[in-house]
Parts: sequence; C-alpha cells; structure tokens
Amino acid sequence: MIVADPKPFQEVRGFLENYRKILILGCGTCVTVCLSGGEAQAELLASGLRIAFKKDGKEVTVLEDTVQRQCEQEFVTPVLERVKKEGIDAVVTLACGVGVNFLSDRIGAVPVFPGVNTTFYGGNVEAGLWSEMCAGCGECITYLTGGICPIARCSKHLLNGPCGGSEKGMCEVDPKNTECVWQLIYDRMKLLGRLDEMRNLLPMKDWRPAMDGGVRRTVREHIYRLSYKSQT
Amino acid sequence: MTSTNGLKSGSNLEKVFRAGHLAVTCECGPPKGADVEHLKKKIQMIKGYVDAANVTDNQTAVVRMSSIGASAILVQNGVEPVMQMVTRDRNRIAAQSDLFGAYALGIRNMLCLTGDHQKFGNHPFARNVFDMDSIQLLSMVRTIRDEGKVNSGEPVEGGVKMFFGAAANPFADPFEFRAIRMGKKIYAGADFIQTQCIYDMPRFKEFMKMARDMGLHEKAFIMAGLTPLKSVGMARYMNRNVSGITIPEEMIKRVAGVPKDKQADEGIKICLEQMAELKEEEGIRGFHIMAIEWEERIPEIVERAGLYPRPRVD
Repeated sequence: MIVADPKPFQEVRGFLENYRKILILGCGTCVTVCLSGGEAQAELLASGLRIAFKKDGKEVTVLEDTVQRQCEQEFVTPVLERVKKEGIDAVVTLACGVGVNFLSDRIGAVPVFPGVNTTFYGGNVEAGLWSEMCAGCGECITYLTGGICPIARCSKHLLNGPCGGSEKGMCEVDPKNTECVWQLIYDRMKLLGRLDEMRNLLPMKDWRPAMDGGVRRTVREHIYRLSYKSQT
Repeated sequence: MTSTNGLKSGSNLEKVFRAGHLAVTCECGPPKGADVEHLKKKIQMIKGYVDAANVTDNQTAVVRMSSIGASAILVQNGVEPVMQMVTRDRNRIAAQSDLFGAYALGIRNMLCLTGDHQKFGNHPFARNVFDMDSIQLLSMVRTIRDEGKVNSGEPVEGGVKMFFGAAANPFADPFEFRAIRMGKKIYAGADFIQTQCIYDMPRFKEFMKMARDMGLHEKAFIMAGLTPLKSVGMARYMNRNVSGITIPEEMIKRVAGVPKDKQADEGIKICLEQMAELKEEEGIRGFHIMAIEWEERIPEIVERAGLYPRPRVD
C-alpha cells in the first residue's frame, strides 16, 4: 500500500488562515489501512480544527467526508459536486499525494491542501509498523534477488551485494531499525539453494521506466480505446 | 595515445606492482575548502615515501575540495594520485565525464567506490545519486579503457589508460560473501584492491585464504589496509562507531597500557608489527596506510617497515 504520515496539526492549521468553509476529505483505501488519512483521522482533524478556530475566535465551518478512493473519477466526482454546491472554499485531503493532485486537477479555483506526508510503498510488517518494500522503479528485478528488493530496501540501492556497512545483519545507515537487505537476500538465496547466483554481476539499471525517464503513465489499450471511441 | 608499454595505464603504482615490489599507498584527504597550501604541505610530507596517494572523494560525505581537483594538484607537485570516485554524487554521465577530465589532467589511477551514505556527512539532507554501484562503475570504466566505448556503446575519442582499483572490507557481513564480493570487483575491472583497515588479523587471514582459494590474488594486486591507532580514545571510538571495524580487546588494552603521550608510538609499533606479519601473507602485494590526518608520520612508518626508499621503475 501507499504509506503516509499525518502532517503536524499546526502545519495544517497554518494552511487555513483565510477560509470560511473547509472540507476535510479522508480516503478509504491505503491511508485508511495505515491509519493516517481514513475516516477516523478525518474526524479527528476536523474536530481539532473546530476547537482551534473557536479558540482563536474564528467563525469557520469544518466539514468532513471520506470517499473510497481519491484516485478515481467515480469517487471524486461527487466530492467536486458537493464542493461547488455547498460553497466550500478549501479542501484538506488526507489521501496520499495522488489524491492531492487528482483533486487539484479537477476542482477549479478551490485550493486543495495536503493533510498527510506520503512516504513510501510498504507493508504492515507488524502491528503499528510499516516498512518500505518497493520503489516503483518500473522494471522489477526481484526475480534475481530472491524476491527481495535492493532498490527499495538498500540505503544505497546497491545491486551487487552488501557494502562494507553491513554488520550483524543491520544497515549502518540505521543500525537499530533497518536490516541490511543484502544480508536478507543472501540468507534467502541460501534458503532457496541459489547462493551461486550471488556471484553474478548485475549490470547497471535502465532507469527510464523509473521516474528518471520522465512522468509516467500506463495505458490499457483495450479499455483506453473503447472509452476514446465512446467519446467521439 | 600515450604508450604504456603493454601496461594497462603505465602509472607508477602499476609499474611498482608489475616489477614485483610491495607497493605503498597512503591517503591524502583534500581540504574542506580551496586551501591549496594546506594540501601542498600534506603532499610534501609524503613525497617520495609512497608510490601513490589516494585522494578521497568527499569522504564520509563531508564536502571537501573535489578529488579530481586535488589529484591534479598532486600531479603538479610530483606525487602520483589514486583519485577516488564515488557513485553517491554522480551518475554515469558525470562519472564518465570526470574520468576523461581526470585523465586529461594526468591522473592515471582511480579507485571506484560507492561512497559513504550522506547520512554520515555534513549534508545529511542532500539527495544522493547511486545511479550505479562501485562494481558497475568498475565495469563501465574498464569498458572505456579496454573497448574504447562509453556506457551507451558510443566510441571514446582518444584512449583512457587508467589503472583501476576497488576497496574490499573483509570485516563486514556476511563474512562468507566478502571474498566473493571482492572477486566481483576484480571481474568487473579492478586491477588492484585496497582493503579496509585491518585490526582483526585472524579474520583477515581467513578472508585471504578464501580469496586465494578463488585465485583472486593472482588476478589483482591486493593491498592490505592499515590505520595506525593514535590513542586509546581513537581505538574505542572506531570500535564503537565505525561499521565493519572491530578492534580486538587485547590491542585496545595494549595501547591503553602505555602513558598517554606514548600511545601514538605504541599505535605505530602495532602497525609495523602488522606489516611485518602481512609481508608473509601470500597474495599481499602492498600496503595502503590510512593515517587519518596524520600524514606527518607516513615517512617514519614506511622507513621503519623497511619499505624506503621507494623503487623507481621505468
């Protein structure tokens, strides 16, 4: 999932100095699961803001809503209609950065503010803990590394084994919390009986499919053409 | 194209190795600014006592004069540089361009490194590059030298005859993989290897045995890395804070056992004993003495190790 952390309350409060009717918009997918931007967090932020505005003697209406996914038209369209109809003059979205952009591209003259900091693609490895596991590099090489990604999980994105900073299974960049991914890969390749492959030289990566190739998009030809035809 | 008489680069370091001498290199860290005089002082301290000196590339991610600029100053002042190059700060475009620039400035040795993570330096908030790792850098520069092609396959104008090196750390984990990783560097293009500083001799010997079993000592010139301990404080600090370095307790006790003003001498004595022992180790072809900000003691170490005067090979 896409993992995000709530922005500090005062930072969000600071965005909202000059607005009268604000919508706090949660997202029902990734940020709900990682407990940063779902319905519960939207409610919490909204009530916090109401208290803060009241304390400052400001008359501000704070509304809240949560949609299933802020990255899809069908869920976002009703929000856009509501914003227009109710005269909402600012939106704070608790979706990942995709939600912020997706709304901003469609909402017209109403400002959209981020309520979370989007951090990484990760997994919920234990209760309350999420770890980065994919870098979205566009060309998955984990078939070479026992299913464990050195691009996302090595601090230096090394492709040819552990650097000199691998000690007792941990990464020197954060020895208390971060495992050396090349130790993990080594152990896993051993388990899979593929240790010999660790001798192979992995060539330089082509970063074009990653964000270095420019802004990315994906087309599913069969659906994309159909929708294009139906519009013309 | 410069004639290299069948040598890969014709660098002094390469010639010393090929003539069968034990080579000696040291470190010459550039200043944290453009203080050329400071650099020249360091150069004068080591001149004549080493075959080449490593010029570090923003080591520990602390901003310093560029390794290419400082290396050129070494060339001008009569000490052959081993220009270090890290992939932390440059992508393949910059790395290849810097290689050409370095060669044009008379630099003939280059040590290929990934580099310390910027977290350890004075700009931890900087973005890093890591377009490639040290092994891929070696492969790229070797292709430039041996096939005359840049990474994209296009031809290089004029030859680039450099002697390429790499680092190896026998003291990091997983231990069983350390010699294999050094082997990967050698297959990728390393002509010589400088190891991390050695304190744990039994572990180093075990590493060398693995390297010899793979025949690596015959495929590259392996230099033993040494850092003389200045004080017991430094020993404890390195033991605690430098990842991949373990200083045996007996060694720390030995340094601690002498008065404070004699600890540095004791550190050098230990270093000399290690050198004597390592001279007997099959596959060790030289010493890389990393006397951190302690260049003034290099002549003494080299002399007392019986490695002075340095050979002149033509």
